[in-house]
Amino acid sequence: MSPLLFWIFVAIMLFFGGMVVLNRNPVASALSLVLSFLALAALYVSLDAYFLGVIQVLVYAGAVMVLFLFIIMLLDLRAESRRRVNFPAVCGGFVVILLFIAVLSDVSLRFQGGNAKFQAIAQGPQGDVWHVGMVLFQQYNIPLQVVGTLILVASIGVVILSKRELK
Amino acid sequence: MVTLNDYLIASGILFAIGFAGVLLRRNVIIIFMALELMLNAANLSLIGFARYNVHDGLPDYNGQVLAFFIITVAAAEVTVGLAIIVALFRARQTTHIEDINTLKF
Repeated sequence: MSPLLFWIFVAIMLFFGGMVVLNRNPVASALSLVLSFLALAALYVSLDAYFLGVIQVLVYAGAVMVLFLFIIMLLDLRAESRRRVNFPAVCGGFVVILLFIAVLSDVSLRFQGGNAKFQAIAQGPQGDVWHVGMVLFQQYNIPLQVVGTLILVASIGVVILSKRELK
Repeated sequence: MVTLNDYLIASGILFAIGFAGVLLRRNVIIIFMALELMLNAANLSLIGFARYNVHDGLPDYNGQVLAFFIITVAAAEVTVGLAIIVALFRARQTTHIEDINTLKF
């Protein structure tokens, strides 16, 4: 992918990521999150991870965000009214975030290997999905089944949590 | 030329945005969305490293499979978390975390 496209998608991702946090209206936050995830899927494709790009669009931008919007509209949340902000907590939050960014930029400036060009890859006629599938079903077969069970447990848990009377 | 460091910095800033959301916002649903941003930032760096670590002309698919598992677990987490938020809203009629402080020390 050309550097220009990369920076455009990074800008979209970070801008709408910021809008998720800054918007006061939960519906606008959720829609910003969808755009942020779509730009992230484009970045996955730029890293030759086509399968994960598709999964990102289907699972996150599709299913998860519909769930979020559904819950926001079900609960009928409106834009938050302004409350008195807890000033020390906000300052503490900003300090923690700035420290995090400082540590992060320090580490990435020292990581010389990361400045090398990406090596060319040749996936052959099978393509990306075939390779991911082989690794997933051969090397990670047991974890895959554990995750499947986890999803089953989660869906049963949701049904029980959503009962009118919790006993 | 786009290098691994560019992806790592983008991922780190996205993580910081999510972190800011968790620390600064007071609405449970927005906090939950910011949590998703942080999970996705971790996924981006995982896939970046997977593409960086080339063996025999193939990217390191272990990293991609780990990202796949993270997406799956995050989807399960979202369903349970939103069910808990709905149950909480039924009990308390609020999603504001300063009104939900029964467990606060």
